[in-house]
Amino acid sequence: MGYKIKKGILYFLLILLALVCLLPFLLMMVNATRSGAEISQSFTFIPSHYLKDNWVRLFDYFNLFVGMRNSLLVAVPATLLGAYFSGLTAYGLAMYRFHGNKVIFGAILAFMMIPGQLSLIGFYQLCAKLHLINTYVPLILPAIAAPGTVFFLRQYILSSLPPSLIEAARIDGANELYSFHKIVLPIISPAMATMGIMGFIGNWNNYLLPMIILTKNEKFTLPVMMATLRASLDVAKNQGATYLAVAISVIPILLVFCFFSKYIISSISAGAVKE
Amino acid sequence: MAMKANMKKKRSKLTAYNNWGYLFVAPFVIVFLIFSVYPVLRTLYLSFTNLKVMGDFKLIGLENYKRVLMDKFFWKALWNTVRIWIVNIVLQLGLAFLLMMVFSDVKYKMNGLPVFRVVYYLPNLIAATSVAFLFSTLLDWRYGTFNIMINTIAKTFGLRYNPVDWLGSNATAGYTIAVIQAWMWFGNSFIMLMAGVQGISRDYFEAAAIDGAGRWTIFGRITLPLLRPIMMYVAITSLIGGLQMFDLPFLMESASSPAYGSVQTVMMYLYKFGFTAGTIQTGYASAVAYVLFMIILCVSVLELKLFRRKED
Repeated sequence: MGYKIKKGILYFLLILLALVCLLPFLLMMVNATRSGAEISQSFTFIPSHYLKDNWVRLFDYFNLFVGMRNSLLVAVPATLLGAYFSGLTAYGLAMYRFHGNKVIFGAILAFMMIPGQLSLIGFYQLCAKLHLINTYVPLILPAIAAPGTVFFLRQYILSSLPPSLIEAARIDGANELYSFHKIVLPIISPAMATMGIMGFIGNWNNYLLPMIILTKNEKFTLPVMMATLRASLDVAKNQGATYLAVAISVIPILLVFCFFSKYIISSISAGAVKE
Repeated sequence: MAMKANMKKKRSKLTAYNNWGYLFVAPFVIVFLIFSVYPVLRTLYLSFTNLKVMGDFKLIGLENYKRVLMDKFFWKALWNTVRIWIVNIVLQLGLAFLLMMVFSDVKYKMNGLPVFRVVYYLPNLIAATSVAFLFSTLLDWRYGTFNIMINTIAKTFGLRYNPVDWLGSNATAGYTIAVIQAWMWFGNSFIMLMAGVQGISRDYFEAAAIDGAGRWTIFGRITLPLLRPIMMYVAITSLIGGLQMFDLPFLMESASSPAYGSVQTVMMYLYKFGFTAGTIQTGYASAVAYVLFMIILCVSVLELKLFRRKED
């Protein structure tokens, strides 16, 4: 076979695989506009006109926008706190020599490898004791101590921040915190954005922890609400509404991806290369 | 902490600056101790107690650990996890590896990596709850679009298709979940491998090409050996994640489903004793968490050793 034909076959296979990735989402969008009866009788890629019906039916059960608002109330502060304090910690570890520096760094490495399930029960017990069940505090505050983010930012600071810059600021009489905010933050902001977007998506999609911490319907984040919806919705009768629910839950994250895919890809790449 | 540091003699200006370090890391350390270190140690402590839900408990030594190791349902859950994970990982890493080979091939020089990369990664972005909801609806054996689609295709070729209950039967449920899991994660592994390939200096490839090395020699002698650390990283992270598998099987199979017994993972087993009303035995669940951790640790170390030996 010729070079061109082989290359053509490779492209064909790559595109096929891309379609496999997209097909479920396409079916989801189309089915969100069809009635339950239509969906269970035939499949098609042509939208129907039941979108409004499905919408009304879905929101009879749950107001997904409340879930979305709750998810934002968790994910936005958690992301901002995580990015800022990780930057602060990473800078502290990278630029200052003090007792315990190495111990902290060792603990960070260790906790990057420790699976999350190990702390789950103790974490829940702690939150119960502190009366934090059904609040967003346990979902937001721990973001301040994100070992993975600190590790990544520390490497970034060591490789891209010339110490002479800070020394110059010291000579000019700048306070250390002031230098951090005015000099360091702008320099490391691309790395913080990268980690921040991944953090946002992680927080937005998180299921297990919010499910354990939140027990009241009106507090549910979107993933928890989706899981409850699945349990309470008779899927056979409400297929259209089901697809619509999934579509609504997926769209915000697709939008984020459209704008930030570059950052997201580069953060995964960085995760691999750092080792 | 900052105070304690200030009490020390300021030997030089440099040490004075260095004391700022305590201030910078203080918020992290405080939150880390409270929300990460304490819960891990607390779980360890509770694993030696007979705590049920809340209230009084006493130390019972290694009783919980004995019980975990004696319980056949734990071993069944471990076997389920490993079985699903192996199918998942073979598909996920196999596909990622093939894609990496295609895109790093020196002869074909495929275009469009940025676009393909984004599309392949897309399933990984979606919340597991949404993926589970979407697929359990698509795969419903009577009403689901997936079976109807296969049926339509079969009909056009004059074949008969008996709808398969993808998620409801013991024979298929585990594999179905493994395939969906692979669908979610292969793009992620692919991006990591590709990042590794792109990190290899172009000089190596050019030098090899000048020496007349063929593309397979280049792949086997340059790309693969230099990729080993990243392959190890990908293998270990997917191991840690895979043995903690929870969201998809938990969300796609209700406890009443006939296939539940074949997809209950260790994390689902832990969840049952840790958090499901009516069956909560906190002490026991804590022991399950530590047993799972020990298993993950052992397999990771084994994996590391395996990779190391190849390097010699």
